[in-house]
Amino acid sequence: MQLSKEEIQHIAKLARLELTEAELKKYGGQLSAVLNYIDQLKEVDVKGIEPTAQVTGLENVLREDAVRDWDEKEIEQALKDAPEREERFIKVKRIIE
Amino acid sequence: MKLNTLTIKQAGEMLAKKEITSVDLTKACLKQIKETDGKIKACLTVCEKEALNEAKKADERRASGEKGDLLGIPYLAKDNILTSGVRTTAASKILKNYIAPYDATIIKKLRQAGAVLLGKTNLDEFAHGASTENSAYGATHNPWDLTRVPGGSSGGSAAAVASDMCLFALGTDTGGSIRCPASFCGITGLKPTYGRSSRFGLIAMTSSTDVPGPLTKTVADAAVVLSAIAGVDKNDATTVNKPHPNPLLGKERGGLEGLTIGLPKEYFVGGTDKGVADVINQAIEELKKLGVKFKQVNLPHTKYGVPVYYIITPSEVSSNLARFDGIKYGLSIQDTDRAKADLMDIYTKSRGKGFGPEAKRRIMLGTYALSAGYFDAYYLQAQKVRTKIKQEMDKVLETVDCLLTPTAPHIAFKIGEQSSDPLKMYLEDIFVTGASLAGLPAITIPCGFDQGLPVGLQLIGKRFAEAMLFKIGHNYEQATEWHLKRAKV
Repeated sequence: MQLSKEEIQHIAKLARLELTEAELKKYGGQLSAVLNYIDQLKEVDVKGIEPTAQVTGLENVLREDAVRDWDEKEIEQALKDAPEREERFIKVKRIIE
Repeated sequence: MKLNTLTIKQAGEMLAKKEITSVDLTKACLKQIKETDGKIKACLTVCEKEALNEAKKADERRASGEKGDLLGIPYLAKDNILTSGVRTTAASKILKNYIAPYDATIIKKLRQAGAVLLGKTNLDEFAHGASTENSAYGATHNPWDLTRVPGGSSGGSAAAVASDMCLFALGTDTGGSIRCPASFCGITGLKPTYGRSSRFGLIAMTSSTDVPGPLTKTVADAAVVLSAIAGVDKNDATTVNKPHPNPLLGKERGGLEGLTIGLPKEYFVGGTDKGVADVINQAIEELKKLGVKFKQVNLPHTKYGVPVYYIITPSEVSSNLARFDGIKYGLSIQDTDRAKADLMDIYTKSRGKGFGPEAKRRIMLGTYALSAGYFDAYYLQAQKVRTKIKQEMDKVLETVDCLLTPTAPHIAFKIGEQSSDPLKMYLEDIFVTGASLAGLPAITIPCGFDQGLPVGLQLIGKRFAEAMLFKIGHNYEQATEWHLKRAKV
């Protein structure tokens, strides 16, 4: 299978990645090669087999839905990592027209 | 004597007898880093001041009567493990200046145990790779031959332990990322059972197989570190409540009579270099002398391990790396023309510039595999084949005490030799993906040399039966002493 340039562009958009022309071309070829290799999975008979959800047999790990306060210093460091902030808020571009 | 060359056990005894201090040990490691890391490039960050402070505190704790296997022991941590106050980059440009607000659970546990964090080690960006060439900050070099890769993705941690920059290091293993570099660098590397050690505070890659573990100079040391980092964590719902692995188990001698190790036929057919196969066969003979019986077993779905892994991993990667969006932390780029700089623009530019080629490749592959119309054919099919791989390994492990395989089909390759072909690099994982997909513990132990470079043997155990791997590994080590060989750096 060979992915077209349009398909690669569509995937990049879904993935929120801005790619250069050179990257679009390179990934097109490489992804196609990997997908062809992966196609061999189709030959495995999986009739009646459940997909793996997890491997250790844990079920329904629950905890109380309670608020846990963060350490003040941790809050400050977390906010410091944001590129734009205003007091205790992280600034985001407008998302509603 | 150079203190940085000590094992955890040796240093612990000397600390207990007050023959040395943690400050002495820490200074020796820092000196070794200064003298050799220019060539090896294992460390991304060295926190000298903080380390000496922690060492001093450890000495004070010991002076006040406290004891502990790791109290005052200096170590390095892979740079995808969060460390409060010391930057964590995941070897990516997108996190170049990121300082985590909190410690990963395993770092917190080591801090409580009094271990001394020296710094952070290089990796393939976001742990995507098997050579450490995918780091945005340049490749790490193998201490045995600087023109070769140290393996990956925990290549910095492996190279640092192999060149005595620290007494042990932490890594993460998603599909071989502790075992591959430990084997290429001639040291011990343990991937614990999935759920044994907390993933809280790891920069997530493939959440269903990620597990942190130790890279050490001996098997007994791996047991010590595992026992410190293991346990249920309320911040990681996948951690399992199981009895703690006892660090003393690594000290046991003898008792291998009556054990049976399985040799999976599919791991011993073609593809493995003759030099590696010869060394593995010698190791099998050595274990026979210690009383171990061997039995051929069949794992017919082995060949599907890599294709399953390269669907599941990119899928989870594409989802896990969605959090790097230029908004909350990390690199943030927007169009200089403010009118064009909308939310989408920040996302695509920050991610397009911030991620390296392999991270982008995996995000793209995963996005495709999970997208409408392809999910059933790729992701669901892969998870079903994964069930078959797991069931098959579990069933075989009911008939033997563990499995033995080569860790890698060949010795460390040359830097640049495989980096242009991602598919070829993916095939590096052929012997290590099985245990990851099934969540089983696996250890790699040095077992000889091919063309002067280290070869590792892999033992794969039953779920939560790390103790068996320690017992066999420790006895093998005592009988052969391959683990004492050190690279000259």
